[in-house]
Amino acid sequence: MTVREVAIEAYRESIPVLLLSAAGGLFAGVVLGGMDAELERVAGLLVLVPALLATRGNVYGSLGARLGSALHQGLVEPRFSLADERVNAAVAAALANGVLVSGVAAVLAVALLVALGRPSAPLMTLVGIALVAGFVSGVLLTIAVVSVVFVGYRRGLNPDTLAGPVVTTTGDVVGIATLLAATRFVLALGGA
Amino acid sequence: MFPVLVVLTAIELGSGLVLDTFESVLLRYPSLLVLVPVTIGMAGNLGSILAARLSTAFHLGLLSFDPTDDRLAGNAVATVALAVTVFPLVGAGAWGLQSALGGTRLSLVSVVTIALASGVTLAVLAIAVTTLTTYAAYRFELDPDDVVIPVVTNVCDVLGVLVLFGVVRLLVT
Repeated sequence: MTVREVAIEAYRESIPVLLLSAAGGLFAGVVLGGMDAELERVAGLLVLVPALLATRGNVYGSLGARLGSALHQGLVEPRFSLADERVNAAVAAALANGVLVSGVAAVLAVALLVALGRPSAPLMTLVGIALVAGFVSGVLLTIAVVSVVFVGYRRGLNPDTLAGPVVTTTGDVVGIATLLAATRFVLALGGA
Repeated sequence: MFPVLVVLTAIELGSGLVLDTFESVLLRYPSLLVLVPVTIGMAGNLGSILAARLSTAFHLGLLSFDPTDDRLAGNAVATVALAVTVFPLVGAGAWGLQSALGGTRLSLVSVVTIALASGVTLAVLAIAVTTLTTYAAYRFELDPDDVVIPVVTNVCDVLGVLVLFGVVRLLVT
């Protein structure tokens, strides 16, 4: 293939998901803009936002990439079945990583803020928010990734082009929405 | 994978601190606040599409790390073209949504210009970061699926915040 052919193929395969992803990203921006009360009440929450959003993208993006490569190599069948050990192991590892890293992010953020002398909410409040948001978003994103990659592959689409943007977009929207819900939940339980 | 994730999280917290520092600018120009997640996301997307394509080409034995490699060059060209197409739309979308929801201090042209300038800069940076990371994974015999996408998306996230505010400083304040 020539440079031009490769470029045109990559552009055509990517533009629809990128546009969809842009729409999702703008929606996430609007939700973030509406979160100003929570951001003000829980000092340090804004510091956590990029880390938590990225964790969603990292963990479930890697899950998408693994499933994509496994499909390309013929190791996995694009069927929804709880009996596929390879898929089950990948999903379990992704969920465990996603929840644990969210907690680590909250601990590191509080340590960093305290070290810099900036205001920070109590450790347990931020850790609680991060763990709840990590678990709920993990379940939702696993469903999204497995569905999009399998259905896309069966319809002849390249999972490599689909998985990344779908994960980052649903990751942003789901990530910010679950962060808002988790913050309200933890505050209602008595965190401050 | 867990140790890699912890390192990446630490990097992301750096971009969180940058956001925290720029909070007053974001609150003053609300259309920029709406632009933040989408700019970060698009930067990560451009990098992750490129990374996924290069990783699969690598797994299938189709990729050589040579600037004249057709597959490498073609994907790089497509990345810039995608940025030039999508970022102006993103800028217009952010301006439109913010105007509808609560008014904006910046003109449509300013927001579109900020988005386009950030997008082109980020596309070039995404190509450099992705190519280097994929090459490093290959040299250290790591699976690119495990390493490249996380590294690229996170570095692009941080660059997204930094480039956006660099451009805003140059063009607005």
